[in-house]
Amino acid sequence: MAKLRYLEGVTTLSLDVEKCIGCGLCPAVCPHAVLKMAQSKADVADRDACMECGACARNCPVQALSVKAGVGCASAIIHGWLTGSEPSCDCGGGTSC
Amino acid sequence: MTQKSSCCPESDSGSSFTAKRKNVCCPSSEDKAQETAAPCCPPIETRERTGYRIWPFVAGWLETPAGSVPRIATRLTTGDMLGRWQMRWGIGRMRYRIAPGLYAAGSPGPEAPVLVTANYKMSFDALRRELGGLDCWILVLETRGINVWCAAGKGTFGTDELISRVRSSGLEEVVSHRRLIVPQLGAVGVAAHEVRKGCGFQVLYGPVRASDLPAYLAAGNQATPAMRRVQFSAVERLVLTPVELTGMLKTTLWAIPVLFLLGGIGPEIFSFSAAITRGGAACLVYFMGLLCGAVLTPVALPWIPGRAFALKGAIAGVLAGIAGLLLLPAMSVSHGAAFFLLLLAVSSYCAMNFTGSTTYTSPSGVGKEMRRALPLQALALLGAGVVWIWSAF
Repeated sequence: MAKLRYLEGVTTLSLDVEKCIGCGLCPAVCPHAVLKMAQSKADVADRDACMECGACARNCPVQALSVKAGVGCASAIIHGWLTGSEPSCDCGGGTSC
Repeated sequence: MTQKSSCCPESDSGSSFTAKRKNVCCPSSEDKAQETAAPCCPPIETRERTGYRIWPFVAGWLETPAGSVPRIATRLTTGDMLGRWQMRWGIGRMRYRIAPGLYAAGSPGPEAPVLVTANYKMSFDALRRELGGLDCWILVLETRGINVWCAAGKGTFGTDELISRVRSSGLEEVVSHRRLIVPQLGAVGVAAHEVRKGCGFQVLYGPVRASDLPAYLAAGNQATPAMRRVQFSAVERLVLTPVELTGMLKTTLWAIPVLFLLGGIGPEIFSFSAAITRGGAACLVYFMGLLCGAVLTPVALPWIPGRAFALKGAIAGVLAGIAGLLLLPAMSVSHGAAFFLLLLAVSSYCAMNFTGSTTYTSPSGVGKEMRRALPLQALALLGAGVVWIWSAF
């Protein structure tokens, strides 16, 4: 996985450290070790590894984290552009996931 | 009349639990020793209900305060393997679901852990094959036959479904503790704090992979950092490629007649022999592009330079094109250039499509690369068509 890195400087992840209560759940749910605990607060340690899955924001009890999560599938995004709707796996027969 | 055995409860699936009865009465089909020692159970058919079929993975039944719970086998059969192979090719993909609700592995008691999963049978199989020798409950959510991560992204593997499934399964009566072990990737759809508010159960996020569950449970529900990381090995990438190919089926069924039709255009307006030879060659190049973008690029992903998938696919296409030019019989420069552009465009597009199957690409990144790559791919395709038709004259 160390070799596999995607585009840099694109993620919509943002963390409001002021709001963070240090519950430690976001580093536990992050599948790419983007978040770490530093001085009993959450800290973004590897921003460009973020795949915008949204697990951290969903599980933050104080809304300190936000990220625009969504479907990262090309045909779904094209479908979304054409129809003006949010991309969804349901297009194209839903074979890929 | 057949004799009723003394050890087994009446076969009605809704029969209630009595404390005097031993929890497990029917031996699992995989436990040969037990099977011969206890030939007392009536055949499993007595559980049948008209219009219903019992899944082959049900090895027995467990009586609980919340009713009969199917006890599942932890070994996969040939049928399970065949089904998995079928799913990898996307055949019957939307019908591969099991009934949501509570299942048991081993002989779980009220203290046994509760593992949550999706009702995509391949996910369920991946979980139960790791539970050999363990006693636990499995709470299967209704995700309409979609795996945990994708369903969590859609929200079907989510807080509301988890709360309502905990209630409808009667889990509160079955276990004495109030903990649910949810796969880590389910966190995309489940909010632990809301589940606690909604049904009183605490959500513990288990490891990403089911294969780490025994170690996680043995360590007292502690995951190592490695258990929390998503991987994307060559094998994991390879098994995803067949469905990439079948996903392009519709496009391919359009592309082939178009290529034959365009191949026939020439000085004689339309020539059938040219349609076969020129069109056939173009179809070959198209299929090469498919393989390059949908199979070669995913498998060789870390070794192809670049980060954008469209770029990786284009590079793979260029390499295959050079190989093709060296191996194939000589052709005119314009002909060769047209095929080169076609190969590049198809390979780049297919590789870009693979972003939807990876474990590390962000939607923002995919959107960014698509805004750049799509016009270039379209331009390459258009160029290929123009140069190819021109080469016929």
